[in-house]
Amino acid sequence: MPPPRSPDAPTLAELRRLTEPAGLGAGSGAGTEAVPTLPFGVAELDAALPGGGLARGALHQIHEGGPRGRYAATAVLFAGGILARLDGPVLWCLHSRDLFAPALARVGLHPDRVVYCETWRDAEVLPAMEEGLRHRGLAGVVGELTRMTLTPSRRLQLAAEGSGVTALVVHRLCAGEAADPEPSAARTRWRVAPAPSDSMNRRTDRHMGRPRWRLELQRSRGGSPGAWIVEACDAQGRLAVPAGLADRPAAPEQVQRRAAR
Amino acid sequence: MAQDGARRVLAGVDAAARRLGLSPGMSAAHAGALVPGLHLVPAAPEADAAALERLGLWCQRYAPIVAIDPPDGLLIDVAGAAHLFGGEASLLTDLSARLERTGIAARLALADTPGCAWALARFGAGGIVPPGGAAQALAPLPMAALRLGLEALRGLRDVGLTRVGQLVDKPRAALRLRFGPELLFRLDRALGREPEPLTALAAPETPRAALRFAEPVGARESLERVTADLCARLVSELERRGLGTRRLDLVFTRVDRLDQAIRIGTARPSRDAAHLARLLAERLALVDPGFGIEEAVLTASRVEPLAETQESHLASHLAAGPQVPDLAALVDTLLVRLGAARVYRLAPVESDLPERAVRRVPALAAPLGAVWPADLPRPVRLLAPPEPVSAVAEIPDAPPLFFVWRNIRHRIARADGPERILGEWWVAEAETDLTRDYYRVETEDGERFWLFRDGPMEAQGRWWLHGLGEA
Repeated sequence: MPPPRSPDAPTLAELRRLTEPAGLGAGSGAGTEAVPTLPFGVAELDAALPGGGLARGALHQIHEGGPRGRYAATAVLFAGGILARLDGPVLWCLHSRDLFAPALARVGLHPDRVVYCETWRDAEVLPAMEEGLRHRGLAGVVGELTRMTLTPSRRLQLAAEGSGVTALVVHRLCAGEAADPEPSAARTRWRVAPAPSDSMNRRTDRHMGRPRWRLELQRSRGGSPGAWIVEACDAQGRLAVPAGLADRPAAPEQVQRRAAR
Repeated sequence: MAQDGARRVLAGVDAAARRLGLSPGMSAAHAGALVPGLHLVPAAPEADAAALERLGLWCQRYAPIVAIDPPDGLLIDVAGAAHLFGGEASLLTDLSARLERTGIAARLALADTPGCAWALARFGAGGIVPPGGAAQALAPLPMAALRLGLEALRGLRDVGLTRVGQLVDKPRAALRLRFGPELLFRLDRALGREPEPLTALAAPETPRAALRFAEPVGARESLERVTADLCARLVSELERRGLGTRRLDLVFTRVDRLDQAIRIGTARPSRDAAHLARLLAERLALVDPGFGIEEAVLTASRVEPLAETQESHLASHLAAGPQVPDLAALVDTLLVRLGAARVYRLAPVESDLPERAVRRVPALAAPLGAVWPADLPRPVRLLAPPEPVSAVAEIPDAPPLFFVWRNIRHRIARADGPERILGEWWVAEAETDLTRDYYRVETEDGERFWLFRDGPMEAQGRWWLHGLGEA
């Protein structure tokens, strides 16, 4: 085997920075220059993340929490909303042909910004993602994957650190597969599931309100896990806190657990 | 029509004449008697040969190595190039469609060896012979399919050997003794036991760079170095002529004269040696160096004017700001790796039918600015085709109370609709009566679905699930 290739070299400095307490950015705004972040604009969410937002130039995993994990519909929108708030083109590595692009446009990701590549297997998605992550100037790279083990996640994380491009992995579960998370080098791991929308209107009419998600931060390096009910991405990709639920995030969690059995 | 001694004979006939029972070799007098008013044109072999060569050069759009097979054949070595057209089958379809449009009658075959493809195109049904299927494909063909001389054919016919398949189990020594080495040589070429090098056509003005090696090379690292070297030379040639390349062909000549070719395409004209070398290196794994490679030729088989130098190109990007980074390098790499059809952008189409609302545009096309209508919520995943569900609604035009999809019952808590979408009869006749009433529904768990009924309730409209999730 040849010695470590040059793309890895600059990441050494990044690694060294990472081994320093990640909390550096959590308290003070000065930390953001070490790891630039993208705030969600939702105070509770940003407080749980080091640097006050989602780390850019890092790998983030998004799992679908609902019963239809195969389609990962909510996870896709969550990823789309994040990218909508970043500048630059996006590389989207598809897992199958069922993504309906108008939906991404509705969370603020303009179709002109997205280059799709048809990578039908995990073995094709990972190298395509890595290729994209080496390309400075992209806003982000999304890969729809069924599984990701530790080694590929390390590679993606290192590539993302090297270029500053944000990597999002949307997990599509195979039927019957346990959602047991594997160890990974990702900076954060999210679990997004649909939640019943505004229940205030229920008695008057059965019309639908803005969709709601149950957003769970399962793992966050240097941050703290948490769970929230949020209003789904708007046309600019922004989440919001439902008015009636802002101060009690724990209760709906139990309701949801029971509903999902 | 050509002169054969004192006789005037037909040299070639078109499809209409063939239907009337005319065939090449027939005397002109006989043909004139068969078809009164027959239109005869003097044969022009030189013009035919020139036209064949032009067609051959045009065929280089498919693969780098195209050889002339006089008087009326072309051999194209598509190994390593078919992926750019989405596989061998679609390459053949594309080629036949384009030839047909220009009015060229052609018979196409694709096989492991030039000999087998030649035989299939001229004596068989054409089409694609799967890898390793040469022997089977050749077996039912007449002996002439082996490109044998008249003498040999007569000899074979005299002993009752008329089909290629009959030769397979015959002792080789006996065949050689009786019919000479020619027969076995042709058979082995058709079956791929004997290599058949093709002499590639080259347009004289094509920018190219070549390297000959005193000692054959074969190691992957050497090939990479050679590739980088050739790219640097070619780029300086392109620079001199103010051109950028859209397609590069790299042909390695092996010591056994079997050429190994790889081809890459770029989405924009390029003159970036490092980038081009990297794209070629992606495909070097496909090159089998055999006992060694003694010559490498890099050709820019498709070029476009590229006036500015690469540096000023970069400067213009810097001036335009970071929001327009140059995606060409990334897109090229993915195109080379995945194939041209698998990297694209999606753009809106003004159509109410969701299946038709999206079209593909090249990944590097100029920004279109268009977006889908903002006021219509749409699902994240679109099922193609929609899946039938059983649903129950209280009253006509009301959203369903629940629906069953894949044996799972979903109780609907909230719903919106209907949004009526009509078929576009001006696109497809079958859509004249297409009416769909779409409902957005949310289950008690908050999951969102997109259902439609394909007709009014009174007319026994059925329910379908078309999408999941909602934005």
